[in-house]
Amino acid sequence: MSQQASAPVLPSQAPAQKTPWFGLDNRYLAPALITCILLAGHLSFGILESYQKTLLAILTSIGLELVLGRIFFQQWIHPASAYITGISVGILVRSPAFWPYALCSAISITSKYVVRVRGRHIWNPSNFGISVMLFLAAETVATLSIQWGNYLLPMLVIWALGSVIIWRLRRFHITGIYVASYIALALIRSWMTGSPWQSEIAPITGPMYQLFIFFMITDPKTTVRSKRGQCLVVFLVALLEMVLRLYQVVYAPFYALFVVGPTAMLIEIWLESRRAQATTPTVAQ
Amino acid sequence: MTGNRIARAILVLFFIGLLATPFVMKRISSGRDADRSKTDAKTALARHGFYLEEVSQAAGINFVHQSPKLDPKLDPIMPEVASMGASVSIVDFDRDGWPDIYVTNSAIGSKNALYRNLHDGTFKDVAGELGIADVNQQGTGVSTGAVWGDYDNDGYEDLLLIKWGRPELFHNDQGHGFTRVTEQAGLPPWINANTALWFDYDGDGLLDLFVGGYYSEDIDLWHLTTTRIMPESFEYAKNGGRKYLFRNLGNGKFEEVSGQLGINSRRWALAAAAADLRGTGHPDLFVANDYGVSELYFNDGKRFHEVGEQTGVGFAPKSGMNAAFGDILNQGRYAIYVSNISEDGILIQGNNLWVPKKGTAGDTMKYQNLARDFGVELGGWSFGAQFGDLNNDGTLDLYLTNGYISLARNRSYWYDFSKVAGGNRSIIGDARNWPAFEGRSLSGYQSKRLWLNDGAGKFVDVAQAVGATDTYDGRSVALVDLWNRGALDVVVANQNGPLLLYKNTVAPENEWIEFELEGAGSNHGGSNRSAIGAQVTLVWNGQQQVQEVSGGSGFAAENDRRLHFGLGKNPHIEKAILRWPSGKVQTIDQPAANQLHKVKEPA
Repeated sequence: MSQQASAPVLPSQAPAQKTPWFGLDNRYLAPALITCILLAGHLSFGILESYQKTLLAILTSIGLELVLGRIFFQQWIHPASAYITGISVGILVRSPAFWPYALCSAISITSKYVVRVRGRHIWNPSNFGISVMLFLAAETVATLSIQWGNYLLPMLVIWALGSVIIWRLRRFHITGIYVASYIALALIRSWMTGSPWQSEIAPITGPMYQLFIFFMITDPKTTVRSKRGQCLVVFLVALLEMVLRLYQVVYAPFYALFVVGPTAMLIEIWLESRRAQATTPTVAQ
Repeated sequence: MTGNRIARAILVLFFIGLLATPFVMKRISSGRDADRSKTDAKTALARHGFYLEEVSQAAGINFVHQSPKLDPKLDPIMPEVASMGASVSIVDFDRDGWPDIYVTNSAIGSKNALYRNLHDGTFKDVAGELGIADVNQQGTGVSTGAVWGDYDNDGYEDLLLIKWGRPELFHNDQGHGFTRVTEQAGLPPWINANTALWFDYDGDGLLDLFVGGYYSEDIDLWHLTTTRIMPESFEYAKNGGRKYLFRNLGNGKFEEVSGQLGINSRRWALAAAAADLRGTGHPDLFVANDYGVSELYFNDGKRFHEVGEQTGVGFAPKSGMNAAFGDILNQGRYAIYVSNISEDGILIQGNNLWVPKKGTAGDTMKYQNLARDFGVELGGWSFGAQFGDLNNDGTLDLYLTNGYISLARNRSYWYDFSKVAGGNRSIIGDARNWPAFEGRSLSGYQSKRLWLNDGAGKFVDVAQAVGATDTYDGRSVALVDLWNRGALDVVVANQNGPLLLYKNTVAPENEWIEFELEGAGSNHGGSNRSAIGAQVTLVWNGQQQVQEVSGGSGFAAENDRRLHFGLGKNPHIEKAILRWPSGKVQTIDQPAANQLHKVKEPA
């Protein structure tokens, strides 16, 4: 769920910092937003049963990023990305035990360094970490679902704040396409299954989805580069999610992104390499 | 380059190690937490010091609970909204010295049962002839629980029946019959209640009554004017039923005083229990709420003060379904057990074991949830639980029943449940928006938990090994020495299922002692005759354990009023200190083990 810097951000790759917003450069917008969400959720509803667990997730994430960055890139990586990954794990993972928080953060960060294709990591780190935990440790781990109340006001605040920031980061089209696709496909699901349409819409009105649509699917490092491609990919995420939901998969959005995101990345990398080959001048004999 | 390759190889190995960690943790956990092997009685006796045998049929009990059928508008989700009502309470209604069993039924026209103990291992249902069977008539609602207490201090336990409907108070006519006195008592015409308890909150020697509403009291579940009856939130709902505190005026009448004494809540109460948690002489009140935080009311003798958040028990909202007290560390202080929901990979709330923090006491008392550390956290969709020393080893064990809705074995409602439960209040609050159940299960067919306490902070589940092997949808648990043998038997009421009697056989080398207390009554300046609120602190072998007579605990349950202490092998009992609700303190030096001590409060 890294927003600005899910891959190690080398100085040359750092996002532009020329137009600070309220004195905050773009790199800090997403961390600031997710921190606000966490604080608002906890102070209003007490979503965190334990500060320590969230802190553990954040510290594990940042610590590992610093160590691995130092080893493999010979520099101290900016912690913004790891902070977002850690805090996302701290919010989304629900477990009575401590170890899943540390483990999920560790898997998320390490995946960025292990699963790489042509220098790019292809999975959104926290999406990878959470999906793996749900696959492998279902008896100990669930995700955030009901812990943030069912009230409209906090969601409106997140939607408003999140939309402004995502707009500012020029990623709003991803969120917008996903939400529109989800709603349209939810209505189709309702028609197909006979379930009340309200029940099909219900998930996107809950807190888990706010993190999903503002942070996970918009991660610049694990989305394809072209705007049109991003729109297509996010629609395909929504489409696969619908199929999984028809099979009553509880964590359909995570799994859909887990499958579609890297697939799109691999296709893009393949196309780019073909293009590069085609434009490389032939060496004269 | 070589160094870089080595670093990458180490990184890959590290990553594989991370992915393997859940499997390692699972193996460690499964090896440590439980003895899940089904064993024969002899092995269980040797290994755990006791075994259970389900004997309801042999005891002449063939009671099967029936769920209510509510307004047809709720048909699509009827299994969920009609999922409670089975309850069990223990009473010696005829004072013959043998505990009897009262169980509720919940279909319109179904009958409740009062099983009289015939002293020979069998029981006979006498509810019909005594007038407390046919209580689920059309237009009056259906039973959801019952608690017994001698509200008029005539020496016989009276019956308070709670319902989704009209609550009923039955006066016990010296064990020969019951007279309905609901209107004279001044009880309200309708409460959708799931919990009630007798306690003497003001110490005047007269039993008062707490009743907790679940659905709002203005809802008639058989004649709905709206389908917006569901909780507005899965964890923060405040649109449930109101709470009632009925002060006993001593003339057969009760006065409702909850608001003026500080109890104002519309959370969805499912369980309540009262005990003197701080040693003030006044019973404090704990309420476990579904769809929200628990509430703890400190009682200063005149008013109640809600201190849930302050004490730590009322911050993280869950699905509270049980409230039971137990001195699990033999330190003279009560832990509080609250059951919640855990379903692998979907919703892991974990049950709560609230243990008093060291160094805190009185008004600054704080609790910490040690359920995970003690090993009593995960119990499926948990309902009723009770503390009791089942193997007489001197420490309190914990019996938990569970299982929500057992229908089709291979089709689950969890996906639809989780879909709606996280949605906006306008969606979750309306029953019409919930997908139809269509015969699916929701956390059904679950294995029960019987956690043995090692006395050093660890509990181990031995339910399967000792014979608690049923998988019914358990609701209510009561512990009682049914046949006066010095062993706690387990009675379980199941939703849409049979009443189960688990007869307990304990290794004879473990000794025991029991106390049957009787207050002097308000006319003699003493405590209520039921002795509800009386505490016994037993001191033996250099340790102590405190227990309190309860007027209702667990989920829709009431244990036997007699207090049972296991003592272990070759005990040396120093003394038993009795503290009566009136404030009188009585000490019995070196009471004999392996017998029941009947003690009357000194005038």
